[in-house]
Amino acid sequence: MADTTVSLAMEGPRGPKPRRRLSPRNIMLYGTLIVVALYYALPLYVMIVTSLKGMPEIRLGNVFAPPVEITFEPWVKAWSEACTGINCEGLSRGFWNSIQILVPSVFLSIAIASVNGYALANWRFKGSEVFFTILIFGAFIPYQVMIYPIVIILREMGDGISAVTGTEFRLMGSIWGLVLVHTVFGMPILTLLFRNYFTSVPEELFKAARVDGAGFWGIYFRIMLPMSLPIFVVAMILQVTGIWNDFLFGVIYTKPETYPMTVQLNNIVNSVQGVKEYNVNMAATLLTGLVPLVIYFVSGKLFVRGIAAGAVKG
Amino acid sequence: MTLADNAAQSRANEHQTKRPSRLFKNMTAKVASIPMVLTALVVFVGCTAWTITYSFTNSRLLPRLEFVGWDQYDRLWSTRRWLISIENLAIFGICSLILSFVIGFTLAALLDRKIRGEAVFRTIFLYPFALSFIVTGLVWQWILNPDFGIQQVVRDWGWESFVFDPLNNADIVIFGILIAGIWQGSGFIMVIMLAGLRGIDEDIWKAARVDGIPTWKTYVLVIIPMMRPVFVTALVIITSGIIKVYDLVVAQTSGGPGIASEVPAKYVIEKMFQSQNLAQGFAASTMMLLSVLVVLIPWAYLEFGGKKRG
Repeated sequence: MADTTVSLAMEGPRGPKPRRRLSPRNIMLYGTLIVVALYYALPLYVMIVTSLKGMPEIRLGNVFAPPVEITFEPWVKAWSEACTGINCEGLSRGFWNSIQILVPSVFLSIAIASVNGYALANWRFKGSEVFFTILIFGAFIPYQVMIYPIVIILREMGDGISAVTGTEFRLMGSIWGLVLVHTVFGMPILTLLFRNYFTSVPEELFKAARVDGAGFWGIYFRIMLPMSLPIFVVAMILQVTGIWNDFLFGVIYTKPETYPMTVQLNNIVNSVQGVKEYNVNMAATLLTGLVPLVIYFVSGKLFVRGIAAGAVKG
Repeated sequence: MTLADNAAQSRANEHQTKRPSRLFKNMTAKVASIPMVLTALVVFVGCTAWTITYSFTNSRLLPRLEFVGWDQYDRLWSTRRWLISIENLAIFGICSLILSFVIGFTLAALLDRKIRGEAVFRTIFLYPFALSFIVTGLVWQWILNPDFGIQQVVRDWGWESFVFDPLNNADIVIFGILIAGIWQGSGFIMVIMLAGLRGIDEDIWKAARVDGIPTWKTYVLVIIPMMRPVFVTALVIITSGIIKVYDLVVAQTSGGPGIASEVPAKYVIEKMFQSQNLAQGFAASTMMLLSVLVVLIPWAYLEFGGKKRG
């Protein structure tokens, strides 16, 4: 719904035409835009600048001063030495945890949601729209309402799997529990995204495939999947940034050893022990923000499409 | 339910068509939809109902079904910490609603004036939205640091008595969080507004120009009323985001100084997972759900009420 309208934003301006190039009006216009742009760009500048200074330099100057002597030591320290409590392995552990959470979560949530969306678009059955409506409205329920029952579900499921397989297996507190949670909460928006996309695929194609004898999975893998790579990319951008930036689920469903990067970052920077090393903190912050930033700057318009679709998630 | 559906479906199939494969294929679709059905019923309906039910019990460390009526809600509304949370949320909510709308619309209108380098400006305004609330909170915590941040910079310029230390002043700490929140989210509102402006027919601008109506008047009298659906969408997005505010506060102030910047979402998590007062957390989260519904139901009514969804 918002997806289609927002893509309009990329087409070109329709506002009134400007007249001369250096009119007072234009100076005002560009002046305002440049000042506002500086305000938005400032925090990124501050992060970069602070992370390249040594502590003595920080104590002498202010946050906006450019570094006199550039040092990469804070980056190295943030990556491999920064402490959370008694553990001093640096952010690298959180980074690898996040990667381990991210890859299966993104894969699983997109696989499940795309099949759901495909079933909803092309293979409607009685009641399918009802479930879909519940799913969409469920996206607005504050996570806090559902968090505790999910703890119980994960614990029970883990016990069930342990009993069946005969080996100790835990979902609660492990990466797999968090993967499941991300899959479940990513489902409303992704299903909506895929359903809307598959609905727009010409019906003749679908019918022709049916006549040729292709079934549910045949049409999905041979026709829908190859035709809809762009929407898979949009879904991936949406999920990668969303899951990478998650804090709430990470802090509740994992243990300190499996904390994702955002949780570990917060623990490093807001730890009360020891002397505050602002340059290391900012290097750590920048490192954590780097993944979504790179995705944002590389993907451009696709990112906007993704977040526009994600707007439903709020 | 699904069993009954299948039976009805198969009966219908026998009458209508003679393709025996149809039922089987629909079975595949149903099997493939199991994750969606489970999520909708077990997580969204089931877990929500569970939490609401247990909010009427006296569960502490473990959930127990010992009903105590409205006790938890009475206690909730007489807890100072919760009242402060609600007050903070109200101030934060109203301010960020107004500021997001004003900033978002103004930026979108400026960008819509056929300017050079629109893409560059748009990229700069939107990049904070890619960052997590944790990163946002930590950066602004550093920029607002009284010894090295904005306060110190202004003092270095010669205004020695300048005071701007929101994060350590209980009276204005919520505005410190507001600055960060606006920085992170307003770019997105701008994109939505820009999409709304681009959706307006160019002929309207031409007609206004022919009639000699000043630009600002065209915006106020013609364009803004036409963009009502966009504003409603933005309103729903902003409010459902505001009610969930959690990570930003955790990162920027941890609720401090004291309990001056607590928010409801944080209250819930702490009652459930730190102070072992489950039912109190459930009651607070039910209140959060209620406030979402207050926004959501009128919106759903406006959006889907009259017409059927396609």
